[in-house]
Amino acid sequence: MTAIAPGTLPKSSPRGSAARARLLRGLLPALSLALVLIAIAWLNPRAISYFGFTLMLNLAIPIALATIAQMFVIAGNELDLSIGTFVGFVGCITATWLREAPLLGIVVLLGSIGAYALLGALIHLRNLPSIVVTLGMSFVWQGLAILVLPKPGGKAPDWLLSIMSFKPPYIPFPILAALLIAAVVHFGLMRTSYGVILRGSGGNAAALRRAGWSLLRTKIVLFALTGLFGVLSGMALIGITTSADANIGNGYTLLSIAGVILGGGEFVGGRVSPIGAVIGALTLALAASPLLTFMHIPPDWQVAANGAILIIVLAARVLISRRER
Amino acid sequence: MLKANTDIVRLNGAEKHFGAVRALNGVDFHVGAGECVGLVGHNGAGKSTLMHMVAGTLRPDGGQIAVRGNQEASYSVARALELGIRCVFQELSLCPNLSVAENTRINHPSLAGFGWRRRAADLIRAKLDEIFPDHGISADDIAGDLSIGRRQMVEVARAFTLTREPLHLVILDEPTSSLDAHTAGQLLSFVRRFVEQGGSCILISHVLGEVLQNADRIVVMRDGKVVAADAANAFDRDKLVAAMGGAEGHQKAAAEARKVEAGALRVRARPARQQDDKELVARAGEIIGLAGLAGHGQTDLLLAIFSAASRAKAGIEVTAPVALVAGDRQSDGIFSQWSIAQNIGIRSLARLRSGLLISPQREAELAEFWKQKIGIRTPDMNNNVFSLSGGNQQKALFARALGSDAEIVLMDDPMRGVDIGTKLEVYDLLREEAAKGRTFLWYTTETEELDNCDHVYVFKNGRIVANLGRDELTEEKIIQSSFGDAA
Repeated sequence: MTAIAPGTLPKSSPRGSAARARLLRGLLPALSLALVLIAIAWLNPRAISYFGFTLMLNLAIPIALATIAQMFVIAGNELDLSIGTFVGFVGCITATWLREAPLLGIVVLLGSIGAYALLGALIHLRNLPSIVVTLGMSFVWQGLAILVLPKPGGKAPDWLLSIMSFKPPYIPFPILAALLIAAVVHFGLMRTSYGVILRGSGGNAAALRRAGWSLLRTKIVLFALTGLFGVLSGMALIGITTSADANIGNGYTLLSIAGVILGGGEFVGGRVSPIGAVIGALTLALAASPLLTFMHIPPDWQVAANGAILIIVLAARVLISRRER
Repeated sequence: MLKANTDIVRLNGAEKHFGAVRALNGVDFHVGAGECVGLVGHNGAGKSTLMHMVAGTLRPDGGQIAVRGNQEASYSVARALELGIRCVFQELSLCPNLSVAENTRINHPSLAGFGWRRRAADLIRAKLDEIFPDHGISADDIAGDLSIGRRQMVEVARAFTLTREPLHLVILDEPTSSLDAHTAGQLLSFVRRFVEQGGSCILISHVLGEVLQNADRIVVMRDGKVVAADAANAFDRDKLVAAMGGAEGHQKAAAEARKVEAGALRVRARPARQQDDKELVARAGEIIGLAGLAGHGQTDLLLAIFSAASRAKAGIEVTAPVALVAGDRQSDGIFSQWSIAQNIGIRSLARLRSGLLISPQREAELAEFWKQKIGIRTPDMNNNVFSLSGGNQQKALFARALGSDAEIVLMDDPMRGVDIGTKLEVYDLLREEAAKGRTFLWYTTETEELDNCDHVYVFKNGRIVANLGRDELTEEKIIQSSFGDAA
């Protein structure tokens, strides 16, 4: 009977190859980042320096935070189309009220996280498509941002400016911040016992309900975390740009979604990776302008070229996933 | 009410309606301590609904539920778990994106805090070792990467893991449907040990032999009611089938030798791993069985034949159109958003077309024809396919294949979790279609089904190890070939 120990059966080999393909897919974000870095180093060796990275990855921190925010919603099989205008709204609050009336600013920012939590509850209770709800909310946030700051301007609080211009020895600040974000979120979502429940709600919600977990609560937690990281992203952005504009975050909606997918996440099934998402955000930040500028691509064409890079990386992922079958 | 204290759970007059459908019609049901209750009935007889009620996932529309003699007014999943009642549902309820250990954590709120991952992994590993020695599953495996049989093993083992909550009653809904004979045997002997130690169990299975051998008491349901309940030794196979109803008049026609003239060659295939010159040959009008332990290359060969029909492939010769009846119907068979009629018509779109569009009329005609012929129980073929019970969904998949122009029908263990009445109907239909010249390649994990085949290829490690004709076909011989070294 020992001759048929299932471990020795041929059916363990497809599982092995599935694990290999998953490993490969997990490495793909790192691989694409390395490719972009190599390209930059080849085009402009001087860019690979403490100063170069600090400059090139300048905007990577808010993008990484927005990507993480998006990742939490995607982990629950939803999509947030309002994260960009939300980041802009937070930016406007940060550059005005948070500086002039810190208490009011803090209350409003906490309240906006609460609004996200309520959205999660609404989406779950009324069984609404999140795309519709958050698309609507994107106009609400945009409108509020314009009300708070009709013209570009304002100024970031000094403490925020000093945090964002922190210059640690040896390692550029954006890289240090990216490592920290990735480590904290990875621990929280991938290693803790409640993180399992959050991811499980995207994997098989019915199974979770049968095990006695509240899906309302998981949805609220996921949306609140999105709100929290959206707030952090908006604040980080203003800490870098020093002043705000109601449209400042508009590009972040699609960047954040692309970052999650680039980082190995999937739209459904609760398959996300915080480390991958941060790497995806870094890749996008680098590919967005430094690489293309070094390639002497005129700014008019940079957005299109950026899209082409995305298509190439995502196509590579699909090819790998297909081999999994 | 002296007995009440030994009852784990008791339902009185339980009722449940889904719209106009009366799924449960005043059912009295109880399970005592240290008892294994077998629950049998056709698909759609109300077994699953009743079990959802015991597990707390469905609220009864009428009637009472009492646990250990106490009336439970607001019974829920959380309350059931608290009282030590758990359920392994027929549809797999693992999260495919999580590892085996993480899936275990979902059922145990107390697996939290420092070191929970290790504790969860130890817990599930120990239980898997206990129930299925040599299971070959690692606690770090992602559930979605496991074969359907292994997923079922994990799910069963998970239900028996013990942390803070007590464990008194486990409901096993078709626990062996995706297991091969060997692992199914391991599971059932574990269930007996569990019951002997004072636990209780409800065993739902369409394999009547399993229920007869392992249950202490058997409850038979039909049309949302309990129609018979007695000690297991008061029943035998025929009595059970008679009590379930609907299957009378069917004989084991399979045994009677069917005249088979050697028809034209339809399929000639060599498994990719085959080293000697054995190959599978199927001719027009034949029903060919593929046997052996689960996951030993039968499905792979069927899929290879399926793809060879549209694109030439080395070592495989296919001479007629092919259709496949999937075994894992939820993931490979059903279009869950579509109606029953659309699900049946998808394989025959060319014939249903009028101009550039699909003619709804022809689609409806095709669906109606097969509804009558194969007996799909539904008020309206335009209902969503999920409104059907599991067995009827499978019938729709058979209708899809048989309603098409395919002369070769590949069946990948299609009778998983299908009740005996449906099975007998489908067997008859297969023989009828074979007599008309269709060829069937039939992979099955249930040895009894092989009686319907003209000859049987036994698989081991991705290779054909034996080719048994109808007259030399015995369970012993199949087991011998699938376990022994290449014969």
